[in-house]
Amino acid sequence: MLNKYPLWKNLLIVLALIFACLYAAPNLYPPDAAIQVTPARSGAEMSEVVLSKVRSAMQERNIEFFGEEVTGSTALFRLTSNENQLPAKDAVQRLLGDEFIVALNLAPTTPDWLLNMGAGPMTLGLDLSGGVHFLMEVDMDDYVKSKMANYREEFRNRLREEQLKYRRIQIEGQTLRISFVDAEVRTQANSFISRTYPEFQQESEDKGEYADVVLTITEAKIKEFEDYAIKQNLTTLRNRVNELGVAEPLVQRQGRNRIVVELPGVQDTAEAKKILGKAANLEFRLEAEPGASRFQTEEYAFRNEQFRTARLEKAIIATGDSVTNAQPSFDENGFPQVNIDLDAKGGAMMTQVTRKAVKRRMAVLFVERKPKTTYEKIDGVEVPKTIQIVEKSIISLATIQSTLGNSFRITGLESAEASELALLLRAGALAAPMYFVEERTVGPSLGKENIEMGINSVVLGLALVLVLMAVYYRLFGLVANVALLANIVILIALMSMIGATLTLPGIAGIVLTVGMAVDANVLIFARIREELGNGRSPQQAIHEGYNRAFVTIFDANLTTLIVAVILFAVGTGPVKGFAVTLSFGIITSMFTAIVLTRAIINWIYGGRRIETLSIGGQS
Amino acid sequence: MIGATNFNFMRLRHAASILSIILIVISIGAIATRGLNLGLDFTGGTLLEVQYETPESIERISTALENAGYRDVTVQHFGAETDVLVRMSEAFRDNLGAEVLNVLQTQSAENKLTLMRSEFVGAQVGEELRDQGGLALLLALFVVMIYVAARFQFKFSVGAVVALFHDVIIIIGLFSLFQWEFDLTVMAALLAVIGYSLNDTIVVADHIRENFRMLRRGDSEEVINYSINQTLGRTIMTSLTTALVLFALMIVGGDLIHNFALALMIGVVVGTYSSVFVASSLLLLMNISREDLMPPEVEEVDDRP
Repeated sequence: MLNKYPLWKNLLIVLALIFACLYAAPNLYPPDAAIQVTPARSGAEMSEVVLSKVRSAMQERNIEFFGEEVTGSTALFRLTSNENQLPAKDAVQRLLGDEFIVALNLAPTTPDWLLNMGAGPMTLGLDLSGGVHFLMEVDMDDYVKSKMANYREEFRNRLREEQLKYRRIQIEGQTLRISFVDAEVRTQANSFISRTYPEFQQESEDKGEYADVVLTITEAKIKEFEDYAIKQNLTTLRNRVNELGVAEPLVQRQGRNRIVVELPGVQDTAEAKKILGKAANLEFRLEAEPGASRFQTEEYAFRNEQFRTARLEKAIIATGDSVTNAQPSFDENGFPQVNIDLDAKGGAMMTQVTRKAVKRRMAVLFVERKPKTTYEKIDGVEVPKTIQIVEKSIISLATIQSTLGNSFRITGLESAEASELALLLRAGALAAPMYFVEERTVGPSLGKENIEMGINSVVLGLALVLVLMAVYYRLFGLVANVALLANIVILIALMSMIGATLTLPGIAGIVLTVGMAVDANVLIFARIREELGNGRSPQQAIHEGYNRAFVTIFDANLTTLIVAVILFAVGTGPVKGFAVTLSFGIITSMFTAIVLTRAIINWIYGGRRIETLSIGGQS
Repeated sequence: MIGATNFNFMRLRHAASILSIILIVISIGAIATRGLNLGLDFTGGTLLEVQYETPESIERISTALENAGYRDVTVQHFGAETDVLVRMSEAFRDNLGAEVLNVLQTQSAENKLTLMRSEFVGAQVGEELRDQGGLALLLALFVVMIYVAARFQFKFSVGAVVALFHDVIIIIGLFSLFQWEFDLTVMAALLAVIGYSLNDTIVVADHIRENFRMLRRGDSEEVINYSINQTLGRTIMTSLTTALVLFALMIVGGDLIHNFALALMIGVVVGTYSSVFVASSLLLLMNISREDLMPPEVEEVDDRP
């Protein structure tokens, strides 16, 4: 029979709609403004004493709060009013001092039954939630250069061990030039190098009295270096960001050599930058010999052992920025150990110092720079003043067994100790230097304003289109309107499900989708009117109208989709958000405008004799 | 009603061509002489943090800076109520911070101001975004051309792409002529316009192809005219709904996406015009004929003697 959908098709459509409603629902629950309290030092516990302090700090200022939650070491307090967020943060931070990090947060209010289904609200982009955005560039050239310096050190040692006589090793950009005493040694060296260092391409050159080999590192190896450097920097940045106690930070690679850091809720970019760009925070020092002068030594406490201290020499062998890698592993007897790699400079210093210090002990000193806030009264107004204090503590004290070089290990550890030590050693290390190339800040009030304006434009745009369609296409227009509303719900559900980020241009994309999605229905309805004009029966007109419009709709949407995909591929940040909503909007509108409207039209008109269609435009 | 029109669009095509050419000449002239007022995204820019001793209203600060002649100033609170963040598209200079501070200090004489820091968005990032944007635009046009050529016919794809170039140049030209700020969102809007305008062009092309195959009578001009009239109702309706939502975005969407909506709005108007006049007249100019569009006929081979 003409214009009847089989039952399974109707059921499938209803099911899809129910599904979409459920997954879009979490966005209806506005999040609560909240403050989040975390201990400044990882591993510390959140105690009842602290919680009661937070409560009293807010009660003192008459700030209403509710729904206290403690997860792990983090406590979350929801506030009844958004305006109280900043004052609450100030008050709590002030009472708790620098032992705790107080951050602004938005706590979701999705009901449990929806959460259990895996549903959750859309993530808001920084332009909607407020926060800071950094783009950092990793200096790869510098990194490769430091790698070449490492290789030079390594070649010096290995060639000496192999008794391959050379005069000098020079770094020339990204190549190494080794000058051997004669061609015969060079031939031996060639085979040794190709065996041991396959990442180098060799080229012989005779220049002056020596037999030179120019070693060029392969592109693949450079790429490997870059990937490692970015990965290491990402890890380090993540550790540092965790110190900020931000609710949902984003630290992500972008392109070949850039890292994006987004910190929602953070307002103090200066503080954030200080922590992200923090200087090296490790020092390798020798333990002082008994009877050494007090002027050349300093006493430090151990980080993880109370009351234990050690006296160290003031001279620093190497700092954390020399550490290129540190990994926990097991030695040949199965005992835990930490393997440490240093860069060329650090390695050279290490060799020089430890050569004369075998059987003495070497300490690794962990250096933390913490902000300390004090309040000063100036002209009756209390002004917060932040100063940096430096705290140093010993994380390892181990006996030097032999002369150490670029790469050495610390043994005699417990398994847990080894992984923590490796983490601390890496925490300070950036494999390659980074600098800020972009920085953006959006205040929470601006974010709220943007959401409001976004919602207003969706509502106004939608209302205008709904009225126009109903007036122009009568009943068919109403059907298209149902499809349009369904389209928005499905679009929101889809974006919530895949965890896409909603930005202000993203909302603009939704608005644009509203305007363009009706195009499919307009095409179909125009065809139906045309068929009616050609004297076809209403049922046939509906059938033909949908069929003949499909190809056009498909072509038109596919080209828009191509453009949206290109936009997504080359766009960044907010523009990507626009591309995402636009592409999803196109796909969902194909479903609602063609399948859903057909189902409704079939349900209204299908399978019976009818004389006229309420589609307007036939006078 | 709209569906029943029989307007001779193709008779207007010479007048339309002249109009298009004039618009394009003005646009290119404006771009060449005035350039574009590029936004912070593309130029890099400056950001200043000022601390007030006692809170000062955002509006007053904005007004003071605007009166002092700084362009595109946005002011917002930063962390605390006494801290103010000023962002502007002024190129970064070492003494810019001091200049701005001076303006603000003069306005709030009794307040004590401190410049907390001055920052900028890297110019290199801006340059890259510019390159990427241009590349995306060309890539989109190229891919679309291939698609239309494959789905329709080569002459259609030339018509479509020329129409798209026409739209994009006119939008950029207007942004240059009126010195509206051209930022990343406007770039996104340009790409969306390509999608939108193409949409229109394809619908018209679809009908032209169908009518060439179905109508046995009439020359090319008549067939194209008939097709345009046939799609006119739909073209107007869709342009109207899209224009309505863009209108909503322009009046309540806020400053951040105002130019985005503006670019799209121009795109909808120009895109509708170009799919009727530019793309279709080009088909005539290239002598599109029924033979171009007939499905390739299977040749019957008759090898009887």
